[in-house]
Amino acid sequence: MDLTLKVWRQKNRNAQGALEKYNVSGISENASFLEMLDVMNEQLINEGTEPVAFDHDCREGICGSCSLYINGEAHGPAKNVTTCQLHMRMFKDGETIYIEPWRSAAMPVIKDLIVDRSSFDRIQQSGGFVSVNTSGNTQDANALPIPKMNADKAFDAAACIGCGACVATCKNSSAMLFVAAKVSQFAYLPQGQVEAKQRVKNMVQQMDNEGFGNCTNTGACEIECPKSISIEYIAKMNREFLAATFSTSE
Amino acid sequence: MSILDSKIPKGPLKDKWTNHKNNINLVSPANKRNIDIIVVGTGLAGASASASLAEMGYNVKAFCYQDSPRRAHSIAAQGGINAAKNYQNDGDSIYRLFYDTVKGGDYRSREANVHRLAEVSGNIIDQCVAQGVPFGREYGGLLDNRSFGGVLVSRTFYAKGQTGQQLLLGAYSAMNRQIGKGKIQMFNRHEMVELVKVNGKARGIIARNLETGKLERHGAHAVVIASGGYGNVFFLSTNAMGSNVTAAWKIHKKGAYFANPCYTQIHPTCIPRSGEHQSKLTLMSESLRNDGRIWVPKKIEDAKLIRQGKLKPTEISEENRDYYLERRYPAFGNLVPRDIASRAAKEICDAGFGVNQTGEAVYLDFTSAIKRYGKQEAAIQRLENPSESKIIELGEVIVESKYGNLFQMYEKIVAQNPYKSPMMIYPAVHYTMGGVWVDYNLMTSVEGCYCIGEANFSDHGANRLGASALMQGLADGYFVLPYTIGDYLSNEIRTGKISTDTSEFEDAEKSVADRIRKLINIQGTKSVDHFHKLLGQVMWEYVGMTRNEKGLKIAMKKIKEIRDEFWKDLRIPGDQFSLNSELDKAGRVADFLELGELFAKDALSRNESCGGHFREESVELDGAQKGEAKRNDKDYAYVTAWEYKGEPENSKMHKEELEFNDIELKQRSYK
Ligand SMILES: Cc1cc2nc3c(=O)[nH]c(=O)nc-3n(C[C@H](O)[C@H](O)[C@H](O)COP(=O)(O)OP(=O)(O)OC[C@H]3O[C@@H](n4cnc5c(N)ncnc54)[C@H](O)[C@@H]3O)c2cc1C
Ligand code: SF4
Ligand code: FES
Repeated sequence: MDLTLKVWRQKNRNAQGALEKYNVSGISENASFLEMLDVMNEQLINEGTEPVAFDHDCREGICGSCSLYINGEAHGPAKNVTTCQLHMRMFKDGETIYIEPWRSAAMPVIKDLIVDRSSFDRIQQSGGFVSVNTSGNTQDANALPIPKMNADKAFDAAACIGCGACVATCKNSSAMLFVAAKVSQFAYLPQGQVEAKQRVKNMVQQMDNEGFGNCTNTGACEIECPKSISIEYIAKMNREFLAATFSTSE
Repeated sequence: MSILDSKIPKGPLKDKWTNHKNNINLVSPANKRNIDIIVVGTGLAGASASASLAEMGYNVKAFCYQDSPRRAHSIAAQGGINAAKNYQNDGDSIYRLFYDTVKGGDYRSREANVHRLAEVSGNIIDQCVAQGVPFGREYGGLLDNRSFGGVLVSRTFYAKGQTGQQLLLGAYSAMNRQIGKGKIQMFNRHEMVELVKVNGKARGIIARNLETGKLERHGAHAVVIASGGYGNVFFLSTNAMGSNVTAAWKIHKKGAYFANPCYTQIHPTCIPRSGEHQSKLTLMSESLRNDGRIWVPKKIEDAKLIRQGKLKPTEISEENRDYYLERRYPAFGNLVPRDIASRAAKEICDAGFGVNQTGEAVYLDFTSAIKRYGKQEAAIQRLENPSESKIIELGEVIVESKYGNLFQMYEKIVAQNPYKSPMMIYPAVHYTMGGVWVDYNLMTSVEGCYCIGEANFSDHGANRLGASALMQGLADGYFVLPYTIGDYLSNEIRTGKISTDTSEFEDAEKSVADRIRKLINIQGTKSVDHFHKLLGQVMWEYVGMTRNEKGLKIAMKKIKEIRDEFWKDLRIPGDQFSLNSELDKAGRVADFLELGELFAKDALSRNESCGGHFREESVELDGAQKGEAKRNDKDYAYVTAWEYKGEPENSKMHKEELEFNDIELKQRSYK
């Protein structure tokens, strides 16, 4: 296939960016989207131009590195996939494709298509854990049975890859889905109960501090989330949060 | 004392670790506060070590090249993690896990290390559950298990096909807790590019900030390398794009011996390559072999028709299918160890039975499993005389609950529905058993420099069993290193802060800066990937699934030529003081180009077949095992540890003889 690419180029955090046009040809429809970008970059290198920088690592949809806004959609047109799992068969020969970075004040562009997602890490550091030390004498793993349904729900929430598509796609740049996923994972497990209240308060507080917007329940995040994290978890977190704020015993 | 002192504790095998722990020197809590440790890597090994060391009171500085520790390559592990819990009451025990691992490794690992691994395996599961890792469970609420290749018990714990993700997020959360407390300082988008030694001891690193290109000096009382495996020396592998040997190679050049570089695992179940554009290969978890059956057409004409697209696999009747693993290895069937399954796939495809356009693919078929589960489920739901389609419908639901995300991943890549038509798979480079040589304490041959996880060589011998890498990474990080490092650090309590304002740090920084300048200034005509692909082709052709003397010599020569070309004709656009992914890659490929040659040299030196290392010169010529790999214990029951001497071809070999006191050496048989 032959394609026209309009790619966001930005030298560094402080520079102004702009879309640049590149043409690529002879792309196989079995190639992945990132492999198509590899071809483009190889071309740029051969011309002596700096290749386009983008984040990627596992290229199988699990590390959460890749983060492209393609034709106005986070992770592109296919549902439930990351950019690296997107294949060129989703596009038409001769098409023009717009490729941009995530856009959110809490995730500034570092260069070209790469953004700074450290705000996500800081939210996790504020409470996304169970306070248990490594000791070698924690109780036996099977001492505490957990209903399969709860374990499965916790797992589904824990499947979040921290990519940031939910934020990028939200008109308010809200990180609710991401935060709710972590809060809910622990809320469904007995191990998470002890610190439940403090956890949700701290994480929500940190989310606000980072400058993410408010959630107005538009549900766009759920649609674009490559891991199909459900907005039910946002409801779950809201309940946790209310319980924590109105609780008297601290 | 020989140069290679493995420091294996005396005494009976099963008491070694306990006694050793009891005799290790401790560092008091007050002193721990004054000791700094650098951990390079935040995969399972590095993240668990960083968290545990910080919990104990040490000051940790952790580094990773991604934008967050959560993205380390461990995140991609799919199938599961082993532990000798015997929850299934199927006869599992610490001894059996130990035995399986030594046997699976084809008797090329250290008994004492492997036994320790089996001993702490149960604690890992306890620890992870306590952290909130959502493992798969049964309806009764207890943990579920599955089986992996090379064993006859079910000891593998899993979280769907995303076990590595869940374990890593667990370790990451433990790290986050310590980052929040200020006990771990995290350096994302930082690459370790040099080890700094002072008076023979590891005292710090030079790291490159990948966003700004600036070089930074970091001092510490000990340095831990947890940088993962080097499978990307083959260019195409199941590893993440950024996985590299750089950190391990830098310490090698500073005196750490590199052990068994040629032991590589080629995983049998990966999605076959589709074309020139291919940038990496995708694994389909080994857990699929629990329920999937591997086959090719029995008739070569059918294979041809399939390759031409004139016949569909579903049109081939049962009697015209060759379930070659079940046929050749009746005892283990589809669950033979990886090295055996991979070679069998290569042999059958080389013989002309391959089933995709390239002729390099075999089928992995779930029809039987779907029917089996469907019938079970129909019985549970008390359906009388369920129709065939109802059974399939019910069965597909069960298969989806077990492997849903893998099937989805397959469908995304290949655009075929694996519930309806069998998957196509082919072996791909996956894991490296070889790595930095370490003693029982996980210390390398550089004092104060440790190596854990896939980056070291220690526990898997010549072949790793499925679900054992996650176990080893977490064992090293949670339960071994945090203790053994104390033995060394107890002598460091009077050292005081390590200053980076010294000539050692200055020289190290200068040598890094010179090298970067040299790379940038080549100003040639070819991209980094161009050279990486050339290297990969040579590795796969001559140092891949089967190896011989002639090919290995060719490989050494060719790799050297590619390396020379690289340093003459590389082109890196952009500058060194901004984010420059080409420059990052160039540094890594430069190291691969050196490692590759040592890799081939190591393979050449080992004229026996063992585990993943198959020398065509060393096969069984007759008897029941005809055509199978032939190990040579008389001449090769040792670990090869290479000392750096300038050019890779001049590396000096040291041998650590392996002693087997508790296990009798046997020809591995899975028949
Ligand atoms: C697709 C796939 C599936 C797998 N499935 C399983 C499974 O089911 N069960 C199992 O037991 N094993 C499995 N494995 C193997 C297992 O995942 C790995 O062996 C293991 O996770 C390695 O962990 P690690 O901590 O040693 O290294 P990694 O997870 O590779 O982490 C390396 C870390 O080092 C950092 N790093 C590297 N170089 C540098 C540098 N120079 N400077 C700074 N930082 C650096 C990286 O940023 C990263 O944080 C699988 C492997 C693959 C590829
Ligand atoms: S919730 Fe979904 S979109 Fe948001 S970070 Fe997690 S995986 Fe990405
Ligand atoms: S590169 Fe890892 S999720 Fe896309």
